[in-house]
Amino acid sequence: MIPSVDFDSVQLTDVSRHFGRRRALSRVSLTLAAGDIVGLLGPNGAGKSTLIGVLATLASPTLGTVAYGGRSARALGASLRFRIGLLAHDLHLYPELSARQNLAFFAELYGLDEPSQVDAALDSAGLADRADEPVQGFSRGMRQRLALERALIHQPRLVLLDEPFTGLDDSAVALVSDRLKRLAAAGAIIVVATHDLDLADGLVTRVALVRGGRLLSDEPAASGLRARYRALIGAA
Amino acid sequence: MFLRTAWLVLRKDFAIEARSWEVLTTTLFFATACVLVFAFAFVREGRAVEDAAAGILWIAIAFSGTLALGRTFERERYGETLRALLLAPAPRPALYVGKLLGMLALLGTAELFLVPMVAFLFQAALFSRPLLLAALLAGGTLGFCAVGTLFAAMLVRARSRDVLLPILLYPITIPVIIAGVRGTAALLAATPDEAAATMWIGILAAFDVVFVTLALWTFEPLMTE
Repeated sequence: MIPSVDFDSVQLTDVSRHFGRRRALSRVSLTLAAGDIVGLLGPNGAGKSTLIGVLATLASPTLGTVAYGGRSARALGASLRFRIGLLAHDLHLYPELSARQNLAFFAELYGLDEPSQVDAALDSAGLADRADEPVQGFSRGMRQRLALERALIHQPRLVLLDEPFTGLDDSAVALVSDRLKRLAAAGAIIVVATHDLDLADGLVTRVALVRGGRLLSDEPAASGLRARYRALIGAA
Repeated sequence: MFLRTAWLVLRKDFAIEARSWEVLTTTLFFATACVLVFAFAFVREGRAVEDAAAGILWIAIAFSGTLALGRTFERERYGETLRALLLAPAPRPALYVGKLLGMLALLGTAELFLVPMVAFLFQAALFSRPLLLAALLAGGTLGFCAVGTLFAAMLVRARSRDVLLPILLYPITIPVIIAGVRGTAALLAATPDEAAATMWIGILAAFDVVFVTLALWTFEPLMTE
């Protein structure tokens, strides 16, 4: 098992991220706490994926700071990443390998050596009966479920999900939503970037609206998310 | 943790390759085609142009190595799995070492085919000093792969990576290729010059130390966006 740090909040302070002359993020300040399911909403190119990349330590802020429990990623080192799980739009799976091989590889990479954890993840993904088939033969929904289990196999504190419902049918969406709520109840910090306001409504506990790299709003979730989104995004 | 991560990455690459043998077969095919083309050009009436074998061996290694680098990292681009590797709680240079070991194994296997082929087609006495030749090949392959693995990883998300990789790779690895060619040529001389070959092996070892150290040092900052 990898010795890991832990934290119960993530604080972004005036975080900017520039790619050349393009400002993907501009002075974003946001605090994420354990138990939160934060919906990161915004149109295409708003900066949602960049923000997730910064939170995942895959991209460094050009300006500003990100603190995990009050300490920077640099100070916490590689063990911080044991506490981060990322499901990106690209699924981070090897299509040539089987579902079991994919999960086993990432489990070992995270220092988990128990085959039972891989079996449990396969069960949770509903792929136990196809565990030894190459992933390239799976549908998008099956890959998505497998990728979610890959992201969660090490029980991360900070769960970053970029469009987690892509390709999922209604029953799978309900299962994933329940799973995320249980994780949040157990103390995980969950960030969900999505365009699907209907799915976000009822799942997220907080809403962060971004556009043009700027944080327009950070507020508790309430009913009528679509109307609120239109009002803020349309007005910006 | 470092060695374990490198081993896991290497084992994963082998498992993927064992499913298709795609990279190994394309590398071998390209290397064979390369040597055959040179054989048609430089072998006349059963006699090879003097000193051609050493250059052709190393050109075939460099060209097929470039192809293998591109194909190996194309696998990490599909599905953006390189980002998943970078997210693992392991020292990021260990990921580089794992990929480097995979490339060394791949090119080493290609060289097992290339060396006898060049020796046969160009009637070159490549096996007269097998240990020195092995040391030259090991040193040259490590230097080439050390730089190539770093650049291929850096370029994995670049749109024109297939063009950029050789443009960046060849100028920097030219000293390695030259040392390999001169060392091999020294072994193929009418009177093999072991002292010269040993000197080139020493130069290759120095390049290797510099290239591997620089790559380990720069891998994490270069891979963090």
